[in-house]
Amino acid sequence: MNNYLWLIPFSPLAGAVLNGLLAVSFSRSERTVSERLVSFIGCLAPFVSFVTAVGLFLHLRALPESERVVTQTIFPWLVSGDLHVDFALMVDTLSMVMVLVVTGVGTVIHFYSIGYMAKDKGFARYFAYLNLFMFSMLVLVTAKSMPVLFIGWEGVGLCSYLLIGFWYEDIKNAAAGKKAFVVNRIGDFAFLIGIFVVFVATSRIGHPTLDFVELRELVSGHPGALVGTATLAAILFFIGATGKSAQIPLYVWLPDAMAGPTPVSALIHAATMVTAGVYMVARLSYLYLESPVAMAVVAAVGAVTALFAATIGLCQKDIKKVLAYSTVSQLGYMFAAVGVGAYAAGMFHLVTHAFFKACLFLGAGSVIHAMGGEQDMFKMGALGKVMKRTSVTFLVASLAIAGVPPLAAFFSKDEILWSVFSSGIGPAWLPGLLWAVLFVGAGVTAFYVFRAVFLTFYGERRYTDEAAHHLHESPPIMTVPLIILAAGSVVAGLVGVPAVLGGPNWFHHYLQPAIGPIAPPGGELGSHAAGFGVHGEAHASSVSSAAELILMTLSVIIAVVGIALAHRFYIRKTARPGQLAQQFKGLYHLVYNKYFVDEAYEKTIVRPGYAISDRLFFGVIDARVIDGIVNGVGVFTRVFGSAVRLFQTGVVRTYALFFLFGLIFLIYKLID
Amino acid sequence: MELVVFYTLAGFSVVGALLMVTRKSPLAGALALVVSMAALAGLFAMLHAEFVFILQILLYAGAIMVLIIFTIMLLNLSPKELKERPVGKVKGLIIFAATVAGFLGFLRVLLMLPEGVPYVAPTFGNIEEVGALMLSSYMFPFEVISVLLLVAIVGIVVLAKKSI
Amino acid sequence: MVTIHHFMVLSAVLFFIGVFGVLFRRNLIVIFMSIELMLNAVNLSFVTFARYTQSMDGHVVAFFVMALAAAEAAIGLAILVMIFRNRATVQADDLSLMRD
Repeated sequence: MNNYLWLIPFSPLAGAVLNGLLAVSFSRSERTVSERLVSFIGCLAPFVSFVTAVGLFLHLRALPESERVVTQTIFPWLVSGDLHVDFALMVDTLSMVMVLVVTGVGTVIHFYSIGYMAKDKGFARYFAYLNLFMFSMLVLVTAKSMPVLFIGWEGVGLCSYLLIGFWYEDIKNAAAGKKAFVVNRIGDFAFLIGIFVVFVATSRIGHPTLDFVELRELVSGHPGALVGTATLAAILFFIGATGKSAQIPLYVWLPDAMAGPTPVSALIHAATMVTAGVYMVARLSYLYLESPVAMAVVAAVGAVTALFAATIGLCQKDIKKVLAYSTVSQLGYMFAAVGVGAYAAGMFHLVTHAFFKACLFLGAGSVIHAMGGEQDMFKMGALGKVMKRTSVTFLVASLAIAGVPPLAAFFSKDEILWSVFSSGIGPAWLPGLLWAVLFVGAGVTAFYVFRAVFLTFYGERRYTDEAAHHLHESPPIMTVPLIILAAGSVVAGLVGVPAVLGGPNWFHHYLQPAIGPIAPPGGELGSHAAGFGVHGEAHASSVSSAAELILMTLSVIIAVVGIALAHRFYIRKTARPGQLAQQFKGLYHLVYNKYFVDEAYEKTIVRPGYAISDRLFFGVIDARVIDGIVNGVGVFTRVFGSAVRLFQTGVVRTYALFFLFGLIFLIYKLID
Repeated sequence: MELVVFYTLAGFSVVGALLMVTRKSPLAGALALVVSMAALAGLFAMLHAEFVFILQILLYAGAIMVLIIFTIMLLNLSPKELKERPVGKVKGLIIFAATVAGFLGFLRVLLMLPEGVPYVAPTFGNIEEVGALMLSSYMFPFEVISVLLLVAIVGIVVLAKKSI
Repeated sequence: MVTIHHFMVLSAVLFFIGVFGVLFRRNLIVIFMSIELMLNAVNLSFVTFARYTQSMDGHVVAFFVMALAAAEAAIGLAILVMIFRNRATVQADDLSLMRD
């Protein structure tokens, strides 16, 4: 299987190129490109990747646990002094999980897109971009070194921009795409600096490298050697992750990104691109474990974001915006998990989230499609009567995200809550505080998601008659993916049933070899790693088991409470929300307007930035300095030319004089 | 004794040259140059260069200088036409300085030449010897010079005609 | 005893007087004669070397130089006469058509 690793990212690349060529060659002509051909190419490519991934998975299973790695070098890339980076791919158990999620969910969404984007003018362009995205994302997760990961990192940012602003003729969409790209860029800048820091630090130890395998060995071999730079690099990388994975403070692009087609939101802004940050932290687990400070930062930011975004989701009218804030919130959970060292828990939630969030988004897309483009939930209602399949799958996914057992997110979210509570992070009060924040967030999550469910699919019908004409269940090409993803939301949890409930927790076990420092044979792990209980702790003491079960029960209770509350407000006493909004007018205003974060950024960063660019960079540096230099070259040439012209007297005698000068020069040269 | 002869001849040569360079009238300059060349011929004789000595008198002083004097007389320049615009002081100084610098540089090179007066055979500088050399190792330049003289003659005839 | 240095210094002096003449004087005829003076100086140096290295090559070269000088003198003077016919001047500075 070693030879086929490259197929995973490069198959979608081929698809992107082919569809791109089709899009370009048909763009000027009157004939439209064949949607069947484009769909075939566009869906075959990721499917090939998926099949290859499955094959690779089976291959890895056959290998002994400690050797579950497959690598492939495509070509030597950067060779300069100490820096030697090959364009190389690697699949270990961690990347295997990501690859399966990306290719699996990705392929399903590609099929869904055939129905959703039917008859769209940019059909071929859409699939080209989508395949290009798959390529970038797969490069990101199969990268063997930081620069290659960065290629994927930037690539997904680019494709996100292209796809958010897909319907660019509306300036708002283009602006949203631009915002996404620029905000991401800020994070990417920090990420790049982080790469430099790592390189310098490893050079100082004497072993300069940016390769993941080598880095892991290096850090494991010198525990405690890199603490200062590890903190710096880890935080820098995390800033990059806040950009890519929409955490505080760089999450602001994600709600705007809903301007893109819904399958894009499902794939990029739910299941894959935004999870790249979580993957990155897990990939560099050994680095983060060297710095408790960085870990605390990650966990705290994650938890705060989780609650913060959930509260905003409470008041949104647009169904996609609810789901967008929900994504930000759920990502916060993942970061809280990896922040406390529970890398497997974070990845587990990543997997389950991919299923239910994609299902939710695609369901929303189905609704929007049926409603002719309407996205305001207050103009929907009682759609469940007409759109049976969509509503059922949406309901299932909502139960999953709320954390109702035995659906998927119950296990993953619960593992996160338990890990946070029982972690040894920071001062003694921190784990408890973080747990409380996440716990409240879970309740809010259940509430807002079922608010969306009830407003959209149940209750009274609030849509117009003319909308009713258009209303229909979506075609199978769209509903079958919904069913697949809903099924995934149900069963995906079973791979990670925790020990306390008697399950084997395969998932945790599977990821173990890829996470954390490499344990020296038979020896003790560094104090940090052991403290965080990274490597398969068997804390099977009865006290902690009891605590875990109690917390689990609490989670279920708060989920049910949230659902019941939503039912009360939006089915039975529908006037209540309005009344509450009136009562707490100021608070409602604040939350409804997303805490005015965008406006604050606009005032403090965007406008001054624009002013500096216009007045300083353009007015002074560009207009005066650079133009001055360019014009100066011309002026200089002219002046120099006039000076030299004086030599051309036309009088032969002057030339003879210069002969003599030359002769003298030669004589003196020859003497020496 | 030899030194006296040398210095006398050298003196005539240099004085003639200086006079040539400084006289306003080209005719005076030409005559001075003739004297200088005659002195040079004497110097050639001192150097046992019999053939070259004869040639110098025949060709240079005899033919070339006569040609120049013919031309001067042909042009028949009036004093007004002979008036030269003065060279600027600065320019003059530069030229003088450059000349002196060149001369001094040349002197430096001269210091590298070996001392000693080698003995030369009585037949040194014989026309016979020159002829032998010319027709053996310098055969090619000899032929080329002949062609060159021919070309020169043709060229002059063409130049001098009023219409071709 | 007259050594090579005597002759060479003389040759240099004559040569550089010729150079001075070419650069300083404007009358074409004088310039021309200065060039001839330079050629003579070079001839002297060739013959000197021939004497002091006991080889006849210097004499042969001096002979060629003279032949060349003759041809060059003839042509140069012809040109000079033509210039005078066309432009009525023998001042070198007046011949500055190359300036523009």
